[in-house]
Amino acid sequence: MIATQGRQGLELLEELSRTGDGKSPLGCMQCGLCAASCPLGDVMEFPPRKLILEAMSRGLDRVLASPSLWMCVGCYTCSLRCPRDIELTDRLWPALRDRAMQQGFQPPAELQETFQNVLKYGNVLGKSPRQRLDWAKDLDVRVLDLSKEPRPVEVLWLVGCYPSYYPRNQVVTRAFARILTELGISWGVLGPKEKAIGECDRMFGEEGLFETLVEENRKILAQQQFERIVTLDPHAFRALQNFYPRYGVWYPVEHYTMFLANRLEKLRPLVVRPVEATVTYHDNCCAGRRAGCFEPPRALLQLIPGVKLVEMDRNRENALCCGGGGGGMWLDAHIVAQGGRRLSDLRILQAAQTGADILAVSCPYELSRFEDAAKVAGLEGRLKVRDIIELLAESMDLGERSEP
Amino acid sequence: MNIAVILRQVPDLIEPLEVDASGAALDLSAATFVVNETDDHALEQALLLKESGRGTVTVVALDFGEVDNTLYTAAAKGADRIVKVAWEQTQAPSPHAAAAPLAEALRTLAPDLVLVGVQAHDELDGVLAPLLATRLGLPYVGVIRGVKAAADGRTVVVCKEFPGAVMARLTVRLPAVLGILGADQPPRYVPVSRIRAAMKSTRFEEVSHAAGLGPSGIAVTRMAPPPAGARAEMLTGSEAEVAQRITELLAEKGLLK
Repeated sequence: MIATQGRQGLELLEELSRTGDGKSPLGCMQCGLCAASCPLGDVMEFPPRKLILEAMSRGLDRVLASPSLWMCVGCYTCSLRCPRDIELTDRLWPALRDRAMQQGFQPPAELQETFQNVLKYGNVLGKSPRQRLDWAKDLDVRVLDLSKEPRPVEVLWLVGCYPSYYPRNQVVTRAFARILTELGISWGVLGPKEKAIGECDRMFGEEGLFETLVEENRKILAQQQFERIVTLDPHAFRALQNFYPRYGVWYPVEHYTMFLANRLEKLRPLVVRPVEATVTYHDNCCAGRRAGCFEPPRALLQLIPGVKLVEMDRNRENALCCGGGGGGMWLDAHIVAQGGRRLSDLRILQAAQTGADILAVSCPYELSRFEDAAKVAGLEGRLKVRDIIELLAESMDLGERSEP
Repeated sequence: MNIAVILRQVPDLIEPLEVDASGAALDLSAATFVVNETDDHALEQALLLKESGRGTVTVVALDFGEVDNTLYTAAAKGADRIVKVAWEQTQAPSPHAAAAPLAEALRTLAPDLVLVGVQAHDELDGVLAPLLATRLGLPYVGVIRGVKAAADGRTVVVCKEFPGAVMARLTVRLPAVLGILGADQPPRYVPVSRIRAAMKSTRFEEVSHAAGLGPSGIAVTRMAPPPAGARAEMLTGSEAEVAQRITELLAEKGLLK
């Protein structure tokens, strides 16, 4: 069942050369910048450079069987630094993982469960679709469930899996509902009809699952009338902007930092309460490094009276990933077992070095990853982790207590 | 070796279960279904046996719940034949009722080995695997954790747990029915693209049954959620007050000195 031939590697790279994004992997000149930049490259049996060399020369047998195949967390650093513009993150890794699964190699167990949850329930957490709107129970603003009351809206808000279900994230979700309402925007959500967008599944090589989600979301979105999609999740933003259009599903989409930063003048008179704090911002990988959205989140933070923004040494395109993307949320145990590390444990120390009181984030995975990391580092109470939305809501007097 | 595997649908406990208007059955319209967990292990064990030698795997399932999804997944994993047995009832199959049509289908297939999950969480009137063995007149061994085929092709060696931390290896003459607790390895993951391909290429063999349903020895008169315990004390107040009360309670029970 598990057998590959020597030529398979070259054939796969040739196939990617014809169909993939970026330049051909066959143009790799073995410079090694990818491996040297990879935050887990030191513990991978096959970091990108070696992976391409092995595929070209000896085939795929060892690559597909190696635990390092399941260690990339999709931070895009290698792709952006590659002098030959080879799309390693979005194309090479997913293609190899897909090939491995097709040949019967098993992905790490936690991730299998996540895939099955997404396929069966439409969310990564394995929760009932009927509980998608539980975050809105007893909320003081009206949440329009477009699946029950379809009507034209300005903003279709795709809430996302963690923001819908995970208690820590629900605080942010409720705050964003209040901000949208305060801004006088007509908005709605899909309620129990909302499904995962599937970016992490795609990046993890589960192409069939991604295509299934695209087909389901195509039907769901086609029933609604809206001007744009807004999402809290940079991964969903990336998929809707870059990959859904390839299946003919094209809608204007913005990550919430872009959407709100385009309304700074409307926000300015509303941010009335000072938030006296030194804040450092962690750039997420999908909206940040990959899509270049560096200034909107900073503009939002600087809008808040009292906030003093300081930068980590590694910021913007050089920011260190939190380790949660590309399926990384479910790879911690695997990566640590292979001698790797939770990148959030390193990143929290970089944030602490700035002397900041608050680490501001804009991706749903980062809240729990960094709050856990703060506990591990003994920084709990000294360095708080807050979504930008929470800080805005606090300054707009719309917040709810989310101590510590 | 020709192996038959029974795959059952059970209500998915992710949704809260509700009792229907009759007050004596689950409201199945509000339920979603998944494959029974130990049946999934039975399928994995069958696929491992097939891969370790020669043989075929035939999946047999009643046409109930969301069985098609389960069957396409089984085909994608490597099942050779899929037999879907008619189930015209609206209520969920109880073990006694299900045993008759499933045994009829198995008799036609005449497999060397029948693998069934050792239990299901919705079994009300007995356990399916020994009921099938009885109807087929075959030996039955349950609570099996791992099956190896013997070289002679006429026996299998099974690992069976007994109370008192005793583990036995038994040689079982074929044909036989085994109640599987766990396979030699966890059920495999199959990528969704393979399931989608199986949806296009797999043909189910749909069979009816002549003998009718098996009689059940029980009749459900009333079904209700477990009553809430009257002795639970909900602690209210500030964190400090609640913490104080917990400390007092632990001291009252003699757990704090």
